[in-house]
Amino acid sequence: MARFHTLYTSIEVAAPFEMPPLPPLSRPGGHVLLGPRHSVWLGRLGETQLGPTHMGILAIVSLLCGFIAIEIIGLNMWASVDWNLLRFIKMLPFLALEPPSAKQGLSILPPLHDGGWWLLAGFFLTASILLWWARMYSRAVALGMGTHVAWAFASAIWLYLVLGFFRPILVGSWSEAVPFGIVPHLNWTATFSVRYGNLFYNPFHMLSIVFLYGSTMLFTMHAGTILSTQRYGSERETREIVDPGSASERGSLFWRWTMGFNANFDSIHKWAYWFALLTTLTGGIGILMTGTVVDNWYLWGVEHGIAADYTPLQQIPAHVPPGALDVKAPHLGGVTASGDTVP
Amino acid sequence: MSMMSFEQKYRVRGGTLAGGDTFDFWLGPFYVGLFGVTGAISSLLGTLLIIYGASIGPSWALFKISINPPPISYGLGFAPMREGGLWQWITLCALVAFVSWALREVEICRKLGMDLHIPLGFGAAIIAYFTLVVVRPVLLGAWGYGFPYGIMSHLDWVSNTGYQYLHFHYNPAHMIAVTCFFTTTFLLAMHAGEVLSIAHPQKGQPVRYEEQESIYFRETIVYSIGSLGIHRLGYFLALNAGIWSAICIVISGPFWSRGWPYWFDWFLNIPIWGPSGFH
Repeated sequence: MARFHTLYTSIEVAAPFEMPPLPPLSRPGGHVLLGPRHSVWLGRLGETQLGPTHMGILAIVSLLCGFIAIEIIGLNMWASVDWNLLRFIKMLPFLALEPPSAKQGLSILPPLHDGGWWLLAGFFLTASILLWWARMYSRAVALGMGTHVAWAFASAIWLYLVLGFFRPILVGSWSEAVPFGIVPHLNWTATFSVRYGNLFYNPFHMLSIVFLYGSTMLFTMHAGTILSTQRYGSERETREIVDPGSASERGSLFWRWTMGFNANFDSIHKWAYWFALLTTLTGGIGILMTGTVVDNWYLWGVEHGIAADYTPLQQIPAHVPPGALDVKAPHLGGVTASGDTVP
Repeated sequence: MSMMSFEQKYRVRGGTLAGGDTFDFWLGPFYVGLFGVTGAISSLLGTLLIIYGASIGPSWALFKISINPPPISYGLGFAPMREGGLWQWITLCALVAFVSWALREVEICRKLGMDLHIPLGFGAAIIAYFTLVVVRPVLLGAWGYGFPYGIMSHLDWVSNTGYQYLHFHYNPAHMIAVTCFFTTTFLLAMHAGEVLSIAHPQKGQPVRYEEQESIYFRETIVYSIGSLGIHRLGYFLALNAGIWSAICIVISGPFWSRGWPYWFDWFLNIPIWGPSGFH
């Protein structure tokens, strides 16, 4: 029987700390925080070493902004249960910090209790994320590496900004944005899909799902290839890129013999990189088009010949009665309800 | 078809699970093996049945073709070809093809001196499919609970099945599966970006190999799991995405028939919340 001895480390080697290369690389500003130190338990799965971590001005301001954002969100949630600690713990999965109501439009100074706190939290969270992006970029440059990780991060930030910034601006209301909260953001997602005629008919949503599932499949294929050829040193991937050896040959031949085609140690990471990036790139496009270019994805699908054309029921009105969507439904986390349109 | 420069020395006999030397050969780049034969027959038959099903269906429009399972009234029995029998045979063909593919991968692993992580990973996907079209329909008592084979029709099925439980995002196993999918994709972006940024450094900088990968993530996010560890973690999360997907659908119906939001009632009713609890 095969023994999957590559899934954990049974014998850990104590070694000196790996430290960053010193000049000629420029290492402007910043102090070293957190480490280096060893962790035996982390070593069971991966590396034992924690840190040294670079703490420059970008990291400090980013963490500060992130802390402020989480404080605003958490304290608003706590306030929403009258500062009752037990209720706060109990209801935490269901509590929300909601965006402004529709009547506030794109006002940047709505009352604090009607989305003002949401805008503040969103501002600080966005500042935190963008500063963290700058940190990922500048550390890569300082170490003389490519900036690929930062650009992958940028793709995720694109989807985040579409959801909370670009799309609300295009449709003219912050109220269209996502609330902060665990269950509330799930409610928002489901309601958003139903409100715009089922996002499954949105071709960019389809692409995003394809890339999400494709990324998971690619990671299984890639990680499986590396783990199953680990006895040939396959995890030293960049060495296999520069000077392919037996691990590269075997991994390549496995896929060539299986499906008639193979990547190599360099190109598999390009496949993986683009699949992962396109998940959020296409997803962001799909969200941005919803309610701006297309109001109902199911009807869009019927019009373009991809969706089954069901006969409409007689008692359901063809158009949503004016004002029906302005009703707030507190039990749905404050999102506007669209279920009460039947006369 | 020409071979790769290093390929000839790896093309050795042996390593088969069944069939001995009979099918131990290559066709162009493809290894054949007994399971290549069974896989080719079943996938060809299944594909032809799908094309036949499309031909007797209402439309040749690619997005509208659908091979539907039998109506619920047939229970777990055989249905006539035009009323879901096709779906039953196509499902059988698909399962034979998938399992053949996995076993052929095992044989190739044995030829190349590789461990069996890849076929095991594919096995997780097969289990998810098997759960959707066999386990859950059997538990519910009718093949009609399987999903239809069509580009849009399977999306409609997912949508409709989800809303039968009011709001599928509340399904705890679904939460875990989605988390695994997102985390896997997130880690894939980090890993792939990391390797590319080392192999393709700034102009004039040398390639510094794995040590620098770890240094970058230690500098930015405190910990780097390392070049072996990232593949362990990615493999684990990717498999769990498939496994928890299977779990989240098999519990919907056979083990939970109300809306998923009601599942959280146990949490809201824990006695520790006290009489002043929030309802």
